[in-house]
Amino acid sequence: MSVLRPNASVMGLPYTAPGNAPRGFTLGEHVDPEDPLEVGNSSNPHGKPRAIGPMGRRFQPYKNNGGTVVAVSGKDYSVIASDTRLGSGYSVPSRNVSRIIKLTDKCVLASSGMQSDIAVLHKVLRIRLTQYQYAHHQEMSLTAISQMLSTMLYYRRFQPYYTFNVLGGIDAEGHGWSYSYDAIGSHEKVRAVCSGTGQNLLQPILDNQVEFRQTAPEKKPEELSLEPCVELVKDAFTSAGERDIYTGDIVELAKVTAKGVEIEKFELRSD
Amino acid sequence: MLGELEGTVVFRELLALFPTSWLERISSHPSSEAAEKTVTMSGFKLTSGSGRFERDANVQSSASGEPIRHTQRPMVTGSSVIAMRCVDGVVIGADTLASYGSMARFRKISRLHKATDMCVVGAGGDLSDFQQLTTMVDKETNRDYCFNDGHGLSPKAIHQYVARVMYNRRNKMDPLWNYVVIAGMQNGDDGEEAKPVLGLVDLVGTHFESEVIATGFGEYLGLPLLRKAYREDITVAEGKKVVEQIMKVLFYRDARTIDRVQIATVTKDGVDMGEPFKLETEWSYKAFVDGARAGDMSTW
Repeated sequence: MSVLRPNASVMGLPYTAPGNAPRGFTLGEHVDPEDPLEVGNSSNPHGKPRAIGPMGRRFQPYKNNGGTVVAVSGKDYSVIASDTRLGSGYSVPSRNVSRIIKLTDKCVLASSGMQSDIAVLHKVLRIRLTQYQYAHHQEMSLTAISQMLSTMLYYRRFQPYYTFNVLGGIDAEGHGWSYSYDAIGSHEKVRAVCSGTGQNLLQPILDNQVEFRQTAPEKKPEELSLEPCVELVKDAFTSAGERDIYTGDIVELAKVTAKGVEIEKFELRSD
Repeated sequence: MLGELEGTVVFRELLALFPTSWLERISSHPSSEAAEKTVTMSGFKLTSGSGRFERDANVQSSASGEPIRHTQRPMVTGSSVIAMRCVDGVVIGADTLASYGSMARFRKISRLHKATDMCVVGAGGDLSDFQQLTTMVDKETNRDYCFNDGHGLSPKAIHQYVARVMYNRRNKMDPLWNYVVIAGMQNGDDGEEAKPVLGLVDLVGTHFESEVIATGFGEYLGLPLLRKAYREDITVAEGKKVVEQIMKVLFYRDARTIDRVQIATVTKDGVDMGEPFKLETEWSYKAFVDGARAGDMSTW
């Protein structure tokens, strides 16, 4: 909600130059793009504000629905997780919208960002993978999927999918890997990564606990096995849920091993 | 922008700055030799050599010569839609007001639309966009009906259709400015009992199914009340009362609401659109009457 902006009540009237306009009280600079009553001339700082009709809003094609996604991979496994909260402004329109998709028996993708773009990206990926399977009579490998995802994202370079993806799975040799992407397809192959609104909170923890960065010199790095890794990811999400308002409600956690994909759910706080 | 410069000296100078090699490359291409040596961009047609330019007839433009500026704002708007999925059906409610800014412009319109015998579509936001959308949905349901194969478009199908339309329009920067709620009964696959379905689509294509949905101002005031009232085993009869009560709360606090509402239900027996009725309101509460002067509170 905006801090008092009384001029909202006369938005349907013709524009008056700022000098002649009746000075209302503007208590704060805070602008909430989700507020249906917001005066929408903030997008045009130069020149005169546009006459923007009785509801006074300009169309914003992008929005961030929040959410945190994590992928942590070990020698022979990968753990991919995402919460299911759908945020919009300061509201939570839904508490159970999945952002995670099983692409093959050895590969799972989790995406945060804008829900409608995520849905379309997942749809197109599903189509491409099915077509590949019909053409080659086998599932696409993790490395091939990782490259295709990058290409698909860059294809929309000038009207990007507003999605932040992490991909996890096991490759042809049976080793677990995580991939992280930005919205336009830059990607990196790593051990542990996270994206989304909880990224700042979680990435240092993953760096420290999985890759043993910034650790005390006497501490010996040791290989993380599946069970402790799952516990780490759960703890990480519980922590993010405490501090990030866009992360919460439910976490979907996928464990990828040679046996296949197993998805479990657990609850976070819902406030 | 370009339209304002059209025909001026500045514009011709700008035109000269276009890479001529680029124009030549296209014109020297064997297949385009016979065709007119032109390049089109941003709605204008540039002819190589001549420095001549015309508007590209294939691109729509407005009478002023500027590229079309799509409706990027809502004009006549509806406020909240409140809906709850119950154990035996779905309840969806909306008031009957269409506002023009702060003006209560049309007081007896319906913001709920019967899409099929098992599905109701309701919307807040721009009313003309909603009417356009219902036309599009009706066209699809009608097309499907004409197959006469014993199947109708299911609520989930309509939900997905609306989501695709809305997402496509946002990609074109020409949105339908609505928050659309889809409520219906979904037939099971093999003789299974029909299940209630409730979904939302917004103007950028965000779509999901949920047990309770509230849009517009109702997202702030109604959604917490809906979540509080919701139970796994709540019935349509109870849900109707909840929705009515929330419409009343919204009428007290949302300035773009009217005290006339329409509450539709979808059950296994089909759609009941419900007659619009007047909310019974109570204004004689002490705090309402005395307001800040009551002494024990700063405001009501």
